Amino acid sequence: MIINLIDYLRDRLQTVIYCCYGVMAFIVIWSMSVDTSHAHTWAEKMIPGFWSLFGLGSCAVVIMVARWYGKSGIQAREDYYDK
Amino acid sequence: MTSSFIHPALIMIVGACLLPLVRGPFRKPYLFLIPLLTFIDVVYLSQHPGTYGVFQFMNWELTFGRVDRLSMIFGFIMALMAIIGTIYGMHVEDEWQHIAAWFYVAGSLGAIYAADYITLFLFWEMMAFASTFLIWARKDEEALAAGYRYILVHTFGGVVLLLGFVLRYQATGDLSFGQLNVSSPELYTWLIMIGLMLNAAVPPLHSWLPDAYSKATAVGAVFMCAFTTKTAVYTLIRSCSGFEVLIYLGVIMAIYGIIYAVMENDVRKLLGWEIVSQVGYMVAGIGIGTSLAINGAAAHAFAHILYKGLLFMAAGAILTSTGRQKLTQLGGLYKKMPATMVFMLIGGLAVSGLPLMSGFISKSMIITAAFESHLLWVGFALILVSAGTFLAAGLRLPYLIFFGKNNCSKETWEKAQDPSWNMQLGMAIGGFLCIFLGCYTPFLYSMLPNTDVTFHPYNAYHLSETLQVMAFTGFGFFMLRNYVLPQNTISLDMDWFYRMGGRAFLWTVKNPLQWFDTALGKFTKSLLLTV
Repeated sequence: MIINLIDYLRDRLQTVIYCCYGVMAFIVIWSMSVDTSHAHTWAEKMIPGFWSLFGLGSCAVVIMVARWYGKSGIQAREDYYDK
Repeated sequence: MTSSFIHPALIMIVGACLLPLVRGPFRKPYLFLIPLLTFIDVVYLSQHPGTYGVFQFMNWELTFGRVDRLSMIFGFIMALMAIIGTIYGMHVEDEWQHIAAWFYVAGSLGAIYAADYITLFLFWEMMAFASTFLIWARKDEEALAAGYRYILVHTFGGVVLLLGFVLRYQATGDLSFGQLNVSSPELYTWLIMIGLMLNAAVPPLHSWLPDAYSKATAVGAVFMCAFTTKTAVYTLIRSCSGFEVLIYLGVIMAIYGIIYAVMENDVRKLLGWEIVSQVGYMVAGIGIGTSLAINGAAAHAFAHILYKGLLFMAAGAILTSTGRQKLTQLGGLYKKMPATMVFMLIGGLAVSGLPLMSGFISKSMIITAAFESHLLWVGFALILVSAGTFLAAGLRLPYLIFFGKNNCSKETWEKAQDPSWNMQLGMAIGGFLCIFLGCYTPFLYSMLPNTDVTFHPYNAYHLSETLQVMAFTGFGFFMLRNYVLPQNTISLDMDWFYRMGGRAFLWTVKNPLQWFDTALGKFTKSLLLTV
């Protein structure tokens, strides 16, 4: 059943992607109506969709730092310690 | 001992010693019975807090059974994980693995209930030595070497801890294991903390973790991912709460682990790096030291044992069925291992802190404690790591194993299938508990050590914050997924120093020192002949 469901969704990948965009838009719009009295900093109160930007930025930073760090010589051949 | 006190570790030790005598159809029920009895004992003890098992040994008073709210929650989750891990490994015929695993659990439970440093040290070392056999049980050259590295590093940590508490005893005459004076730390305070930190895999003392956990047997890694680091977290809570340096180390740890996890090709090593990162939250919480932060560290350790155990069980299922654990040799496995995929997704979403999952109700407690203590940079850094965690364990890992490009060889593809019933049962229990904890918060929150604070994770702002971070991390992954594709590489780390240092030492002994020794021998011989 799970396999059929995944195959069904893969066959309609573009629709799934549009649905995901819709969910993202809904979350951002909903976040603007949420009470921000629990916010910790002014930025969260003043910037609409602050955590969306933070999430996207964090993801990009983690990927880019990992890539740069790996390319800087940290990633080595698998037989590095065998020689 | 007090008549009503049976130490849970004793049940595991006696059970392990008798295991070789139990054979045939009795073996599997016995494997289930001993951890169950231990769990019942732990639950019984949690109803009767107090001090038990006090012995006089030479001039010292040893206390084996300190039962309070802190030891109760850790004892509870360790005993529960022992049941899950044993069910998962029930098919294993090699009885030495079960014996090693049970001694390992006994070491952890013994350390948790210990109230003095000698008892703590005894069980601490039992944990280290027993777990080494879970690596060696894989019986290949890599596992043998990793096991030696593991035991050497842990022996070093044990010696540092020993030195610390002996110096403390010399200075204060006190062997009791409790909160240290962290506001004006002495040399022994640092040594004790370093000894405990090594087991928590705090950088730069962390390299043993991904190294050993990726080489252990499938069942061994499930036990190892739960006990060593979380017992260390318990001891750090007990002794080093509010030690400010732990805040910095915890944040570094969380970031460092996630960067390595994103680069990693080996599935179980990736999960090992994830442990480093998640334990970073707990270490930072211990450093913050407020009631909420300590509750957060304990809650996160509890939740972490379950979801990380689940992820290691799923990774072990893949390893057992395909014989592969590199992302570059896997892919598209949803068709062959759908149940494993579901369990790995649950574990991945739980570690990422999705609402209604265990990670959501635990890690947010530490982040909130950071913000409430006006440590804004800590709070933001830990949320950044949350995004990285979702990227590494919630998206990249399942995508590359189950959905991405199929890199399986024909042989791997043919062998791939969901594991045996007991392995699936272990994963199902773990998966259920990950969801149960997230949906019914009083279960975990009622066990937390500090009762003077309350925390309500399910408010609209927190939900909106989490959903935004996760949704846009998902979007980021979708856009940048080609930058995180696996490569056939290893990532150099701090273990480079002792691996290469060991080789340099060996070369020095084999070449110049050996030459000198030979030359000296010849010279002495010729001198004696001349005389």
